Amino acid sequence: MKNELNVHTRSISRRSFLITAGTVGVAVSYGNLPSQAFAATIATETAGNYNPNAWVTIDHDGTVTIISPASEMGQGVMTTLPLLIADEMDAEWSKVKVVQSPSDAEKYGNPGFYGIQLTGGSETVRGYYEPLRLVGAQTRMILLHSTAEILDKPVTELHTEPGMVVHTPTQTRISYGEISRLGKISDPLPQISTADLKQPEQWHYIGKKDLPRIDVPSKVDGSAIYGIDVQLPDMLYGAVIRPPVQGETPATIDDSEAKNVPGITKIVQLPYGVGIIGETIEATIRAKEMLSIEWTTGSRIRNYSSASLIEEYRKAGSDLSQTGVNAVKKGEAAQAIASSDILIEADYLSDHVYHATMEPMNATALVSDDGVEVWAPTQGPTFTQGFAAQTAGTTTDKVKVHTTMLGGGFGRRAERDFVDDAVSLAKEVKGRPVKVVWSREDDVRHGKYRPLVAQHVRVGLTSSGAISGWQHRVAADSIFARTLPPVFEDAGGLDDVVTEGADFNYDMPTHEVEYLRQDNGLDIGYWRAVGCGYTKFAVECVIDEIAATRNIDPAQQRLELLAGEPRARKVIENTVKMSDWSRPREGRALGLAYSDSFGAHCAAVAEVSVNRENGQIRVHKVWTSVDPGVAIQPQNIEAQMTGAITHGISHALYEQINVVNGEVQEGNFDTYRVIRMSEIPEIEVSILGDPTQKPSGMGEVGLPPIGPAIANAFARLTDGARLRHYPFLPERVLEALNG
Amino acid sequence: MTSFTINGRVVEITAEPDTPLLWAIREHLKLTGTKYGCGLAQCGACTVHVDGEPTRACVTWLEDVAGKEVTTIEGLSEDGSHPLQKSWVAEQVPQCGYCQSGQIMQAAALLKNNPAPTREEIVDHMDGNICRCATYDRIIKAIQRAARES
Repeated sequence: MKNELNVHTRSISRRSFLITAGTVGVAVSYGNLPSQAFAATIATETAGNYNPNAWVTIDHDGTVTIISPASEMGQGVMTTLPLLIADEMDAEWSKVKVVQSPSDAEKYGNPGFYGIQLTGGSETVRGYYEPLRLVGAQTRMILLHSTAEILDKPVTELHTEPGMVVHTPTQTRISYGEISRLGKISDPLPQISTADLKQPEQWHYIGKKDLPRIDVPSKVDGSAIYGIDVQLPDMLYGAVIRPPVQGETPATIDDSEAKNVPGITKIVQLPYGVGIIGETIEATIRAKEMLSIEWTTGSRIRNYSSASLIEEYRKAGSDLSQTGVNAVKKGEAAQAIASSDILIEADYLSDHVYHATMEPMNATALVSDDGVEVWAPTQGPTFTQGFAAQTAGTTTDKVKVHTTMLGGGFGRRAERDFVDDAVSLAKEVKGRPVKVVWSREDDVRHGKYRPLVAQHVRVGLTSSGAISGWQHRVAADSIFARTLPPVFEDAGGLDDVVTEGADFNYDMPTHEVEYLRQDNGLDIGYWRAVGCGYTKFAVECVIDEIAATRNIDPAQQRLELLAGEPRARKVIENTVKMSDWSRPREGRALGLAYSDSFGAHCAAVAEVSVNRENGQIRVHKVWTSVDPGVAIQPQNIEAQMTGAITHGISHALYEQINVVNGEVQEGNFDTYRVIRMSEIPEIEVSILGDPTQKPSGMGEVGLPPIGPAIANAFARLTDGARLRHYPFLPERVLEALNG
Repeated sequence: MTSFTINGRVVEITAEPDTPLLWAIREHLKLTGTKYGCGLAQCGACTVHVDGEPTRACVTWLEDVAGKEVTTIEGLSEDGSHPLQKSWVAEQVPQCGYCQSGQIMQAAALLKNNPAPTREEIVDHMDGNICRCATYDRIIKAIQRAARES
């Protein structure tokens, strides 16, 4: 073998990577997007490296560098996505290095999620699953063709093993590192289709129980770089003061003291607040305290008080003369209910909750004559490019976004406010980067909370207990009206992230979901599990109310309504079995809930007690089963389930943002309570995966069913007392007990 | 100017004496493993050791550590080989990972004084450290593993 290092040039013309013909399955998963939206092209020249495509680079030492296109915020995608490529290309996992992708939607956008880089909606693995396996399969094919040329053997005599190509008859082995040194990338590229993908029994990494996460070592020695950790030469620090009431602006600014704080560079008025730039972070914090600002007082948000609004929403939900926009309309539910023998009717309320990412909002930006660079812990690099361009007054092609590690996201980091801060301040000091870090108080008081929601559910039963109609009315402000106005308008005023989860796979003869938009102007946003986080609360509690009315077992009630859903039945039956469901517990009770959210099937049983003196609820144990389709990383699925369930308990029992006359009352973890170690239950997770099925989402799946499981347990413990208002604060619990 | 020892080396910081130690560590010394979470000693993300004691760097002033020894996550071991760092990997504890430096530093102080803590002792010692991803169960397992294996 002669050394052909650098003999082949990199001037290979740009060719589309994935083929369009013969890959019907792929074309379908692209939705309406042309395949080019995803098609990787040959990477530009990287001296000495082997770049079969925009996703994979193989070094001579055998290191396989794989691009991770999504934001890592704890859910594990930085491992999951590269793993899909690695498995199909037969890379050796110990030699895989993962690199965060640049912001480049054309190359790296999620084919299943508008073709953009936006990590949310539990859409990441669902959207990339097949395309990235195809990337891996084609990479493997390219390596085989290169080897055929190196060895002068037909491709049909070659196969791969992790990290190498083997000439089957002679057992001659050539490592990927050697191929990268000696091989050429064939032109045209070998074409593949879904038929070339491995069968589950051929997988090395997908489904492997103990495959460690790629990001973990850097998260135990302090070396992982989050947005807040960015350090750049000549960097300045920024802080922004926002008005106590959303929408107001500075009327007068007295910066006479603040500007004299040593190290302060500049104090500037922004359209939405006041910005401070300084040489040190502590100088900006000091100056912030010394600034004296009078704010305008004309914002409509001054009328916003969450405790009274929720009552207004409750009235809107239960006042049937008010009609909304249909999210689901199957038959005439209202008529069916009107002629039914038994009516079950209830209101379910949920207060605002806050994301509480452990890393507060922050971003760093550099504005120069050439363009804008942003370093941000963002869920949406593509949007961030657009926001930064808009704020800086340039075009998106002039904006480069570096996505850092995210210290939690939960939907909050799909927003633009922290990016606006960094770019707005960097504009003031062109040529020097500015890092803006929010205080925890800024973060709590200027959140994009989960909406305040009242749900009115009406169900009609026949005398034999069969459901004749199900009506679900969701009264809440809109997330889409603020974040994606064209989507909201196109949908005729429907906001299907607000109502999501109200559409379910229970079999109903008639089913109607209505969205009654409330418009009170407070910014609300995407919070882990979004709509499913409260719609499943209403749905699953009402299912138990039906079962109680019929005097049948709640598990049986669900199984009856899921007769045509074998996977759903299985998670319920399995969870019931795990929990020893029918065994009574002294002083405690079990409650069950099921959720079909994010493409998964999930059931949870909670074992609950209540202190009848002080109204405190305790969750002692949780059993849960999840069917995620193919279980790509079982160990991580277990972690996501445990985490989401605990998060769900936290929000169901403790979490509440109170807005009074437009001002958020909470400010830090002393007033916004989140669950701590001493409050967690033991959680048993059972994963009922099926490698032949497509993957579901995973980061949010565990959250929706736990709240209703607790409320259902509480009802079974207390002869039917119902908790119908998130969070289950002690005073609400006592009211339910005494009411 | 305040002088103290951090991870075995003597440093001098030019900043106001009432500057939080957290900002000195993160932004002056660029040791960013120690995190800002709340600024009020409510969450534990900024936990470091000062003369061996677990300390919230966000409410510790620079002048408080003059002449003292500060250890951050970067100095807990040279190469991530502290028993807790190894057990954290073995149990695959971190999700977003942001709070984990503080969790590990808090746990390290426990094991130093109590090499075989009960579950209750672990929970009691760790209850001031918030993990929003709720990795609490694995944190407990990792501390138990480190206690067992070292």
